[in-house]
Amino acid sequence: MANTRSRRGGKGGYLLFLLPGVLLFTAVIVIPLIMNIGISFTRWQGIGTPQWIGLDNYDRLIHDANFWASFRNIIFIIVAMVVIPTLLGLFLAAVLFDYVGKRIGPGTASVFRSGLYLPQVLPVAVTGIVWGWFLNSSTGVFNSILDSIGLGFLAQNWLGDPKWALWSVMFVMVWVQLGYPVVMFMSGLQRVDPELYEAADLDGAGWWQKFTRIAVHLIKPEIYVVLVTTTISALKIFGQIFVLTRGGPGNSTLVPSYFAWQNFFEKFNAGYGAAISTVLTLIIIVLTYVFLRIQTADERRGA
Amino acid sequence: MSTDTVTKAAGEPVKPVKPAKPGGLATKTLVLAGLTVFTGLVLAPFLVVLINAFKSSEDYSQGGPLALPSSIYLQGMIDFWNRVEFGEKLWNSFVIAASVAVLAVIISVLNAYAIGIGRLRGRTAFLMFFLLANLLPQEALVYPLYYLSKQFDLYNTRLMVIIILTAIQAAFGTYLLSSVFRDFPPSLLEAAALDGAGKLRTLIRVVVPTSWPTLSVLFTFFFIWTWNEFFLPLIFLIDNDLQTVPLALAVLQGQREVDITTTAASALLGIVPAVLFFLIFQRTLTRGVMSGAVK
Repeated sequence: MANTRSRRGGKGGYLLFLLPGVLLFTAVIVIPLIMNIGISFTRWQGIGTPQWIGLDNYDRLIHDANFWASFRNIIFIIVAMVVIPTLLGLFLAAVLFDYVGKRIGPGTASVFRSGLYLPQVLPVAVTGIVWGWFLNSSTGVFNSILDSIGLGFLAQNWLGDPKWALWSVMFVMVWVQLGYPVVMFMSGLQRVDPELYEAADLDGAGWWQKFTRIAVHLIKPEIYVVLVTTTISALKIFGQIFVLTRGGPGNSTLVPSYFAWQNFFEKFNAGYGAAISTVLTLIIIVLTYVFLRIQTADERRGA
Repeated sequence: MSTDTVTKAAGEPVKPVKPAKPGGLATKTLVLAGLTVFTGLVLAPFLVVLINAFKSSEDYSQGGPLALPSSIYLQGMIDFWNRVEFGEKLWNSFVIAASVAVLAVIISVLNAYAIGIGRLRGRTAFLMFFLLANLLPQEALVYPLYYLSKQFDLYNTRLMVIIILTAIQAAFGTYLLSSVFRDFPPSLLEAAALDGAGKLRTLIRVVVPTSWPTLSVLFTFFFIWTWNEFFLPLIFLIDNDLQTVPLALAVLQGQREVDITTTAASALLGIVPAVLFFLIFQRTLTRGVMSGAVK
């Protein structure tokens, strides 16, 4: 199709520019994605001929406690990567932009912004190494601080105890994620017309009212972008889990992507791993669709 | 769920500030002190890594993690550097990140030129496809890619990682750049057409120079994302001499006999390039985050 049209020139001539991209995407994304769905209907160890077993892998998934644990854990991870950073980010962005930026100076505000954003730039593996050390039970920084201030009895095996592991991972993820909404929301707040604030002042609105009625309302696009992108990256989380806990202890920090990886490369259950990743893909597509629908509906209402 | 989150987002965070009367010197000091303490806590891990990377094991066991080093001890870092051949890892990371960034920007520009300026029929479908390609979990592609790479003798090569990441990054780039190009000033395009420039010439002489700032933002993002990438190198780069910085650090950490000061030294060497990029590209980065938001 691409070829026949491109020869005609005019508007069709642009198709030629799409050719390298389309070839690359077909090879790296389309074909593997279809293959992955195909593999999910088979029993296959990665060598030999895949054996068609229909929906057996999916049936097994529904009855697999690890699968449900991984999705339960992902909800906690979403709280840590989406809900808390968004709420805290709104608060910090408002304070930095409206208060620090206007009363103390934009330079000061951007120094704070950069500081909060810094954890975002680290490779996930490095984040994992740093926090793995901090939270280590015997030699970790946390426990040694608790010891030195006489609170040694509070020391825990933060990553090794099933009671604490997920909370510890959540804590790390809040640290990683916080800077992103702060940067996004602060840039959004720049679009707020000061005249709206002045008008609200005349109506006797307090800071709080101005914030909820004007600022939050106007930076809705940024809030949507943050919610969508962070939810998706929470669903895809792998690196930090791999380095920090490897899904353990037990399945207390198991997440779908790590579960799929385990089946692919440790247990040689390619079919089962493919089923897990197919379900994860479906969830991400459905969620994105729902988000986009809500966003468009909301924009229409606003317009 | 999302609407719920939004209303909650609106409701909760401002409470602590409400009682404050903005403007007073006391409030100002209080807000600044609060922010400084909070940001300081966020940055504290960087500081802890920094001071411990220069300690000897004895020094660490005597003073604990928060004491300043009693003397600057460099041997730990030198040993670590040699042990993982860090220079080689830096070079691998650089080659992969730079290649991906250049290639992905080129592919993104070509795609977005066709979609955003060429206004191809079915461009929404194309856009949705590229967006989707970026949202996919890599796990949904990785096993077939692993299998295919073995068939084509590309397994355990940097080239394979470059090809895959170029496609994934270009998916995002296409999505972002298409909406930028849609608003490209038509007068410039018409002027080029009047001068008799063909499509390729228009792209190279007019479109690319005009959108250079956006392209540099994309390049920066692609470079840093690729540099930080962990999952694909973990699967595709098995040989020690092909590994990237994050991978080498994680692999070293997997060997349990590693002591704390080595951990600190390795963490510092992992942090330094990332922070350097951040400082160099800071303006570009914040500009990029912004332009990503407002479409």
